[in-house]
Amino acid sequence: MNTLLTADMLVIILGCALATYATRISGYLLIRRMKNIPPRMDAALNAVPAAVLTTLVAPAFVAGGLEVKVALAVSLLAGLWLSTIPMLLAGWAVAVAIRHLVL
Amino acid sequence: MSRSEFGDGVAKAVPVIISASPFAVLFGAIAVANGLTVFEAGLTSATVFAGASQLVGIELFGNHVPAWLIILSVFAVNFRHVLYSAALTPLIEHFSLGQKAATLFLLTDPQFAESLKRREIGKQVTFSWYMGLGLPIFVAWVAMTLVGAFFGKLIGDPARFGLDVLLPIYFMALVLGFRRRSNFLPVVAVSAVASVIAHKTVGSPWHVSIGAIAGVLAAALMPPPVKRKPDEEAHSLEAGQ
Repeated sequence: MNTLLTADMLVIILGCALATYATRISGYLLIRRMKNIPPRMDAALNAVPAAVLTTLVAPAFVAGGLEVKVALAVSLLAGLWLSTIPMLLAGWAVAVAIRHLVL
Repeated sequence: MSRSEFGDGVAKAVPVIISASPFAVLFGAIAVANGLTVFEAGLTSATVFAGASQLVGIELFGNHVPAWLIILSVFAVNFRHVLYSAALTPLIEHFSLGQKAATLFLLTDPQFAESLKRREIGKQVTFSWYMGLGLPIFVAWVAMTLVGAFFGKLIGDPARFGLDVLLPIYFMALVLGFRRRSNFLPVVAVSAVASVIAHKTVGSPWHVSIGAIAGVLAAALMPPPVKRKPDEEAHSLEAGQ
């Protein structure tokens, strides 16, 4: 633990870094090869952010406990009216309150 | 002009930094708890720079999963960047090759969401604006990782302070940002159902890629309701201001 960096760890970190950078440039490289974007691909690309981000929320809702479910529901309602930070605070406060008072 | 563009970007970076910092601290703390040095934790944040995948990776590392499987899992969680970079390409065509390389390195969920939002209100995504948004997020991400690594023991169990619920809420806020798009509800519904089923059957982290592909396919297979013309939308918005 006195070393700054072990060789094994360096391999894993750089492997993860290269794999991640590959994902960040390959969409660009793919699109550059196509002159015109067909309408269906355009529709697909438009759906990317919502489709991806939903997969980070829905399983967390289903797998989460009561406080996570309620916090996400409250945040969803708050998010329709408020910006991100108040939304985060509302959901966080609800989750902490349920954990301390109910569970 | 370019200075105010950079400043515009920095202003957008502030809420991102506030909401992402707990996860950087969390990553630093877990990394050290799982046997990484402070330097290794910081190096990971500086070279990978992708929060969800870093947390998945360090979790697997702590469970002594083989290196190739850790790298493959990080790739799976980050697969969404393939789709992000494809969608970002038309917005950054005017950048030089070096600028594009830097731009794509800094491509994260909020960076992508903010870039598309800026395009949709009719403003150009300039390199200055993009860096104004991305560089402070990058510096804060690495700095807060080091803070977490140094003071990890003070945090203790992250769930005790409710920090664990911030991540899904934050991602939900990003989802809501796209709610005015065509096909929003069917895409979200398909992705939600597919990712939940995949989460229960195939398991994490594959539910991310499987759910995303299902939602994107649904959008591609649906008849286009109204032909989107981003340029016209942008101009009419600008004229209306």
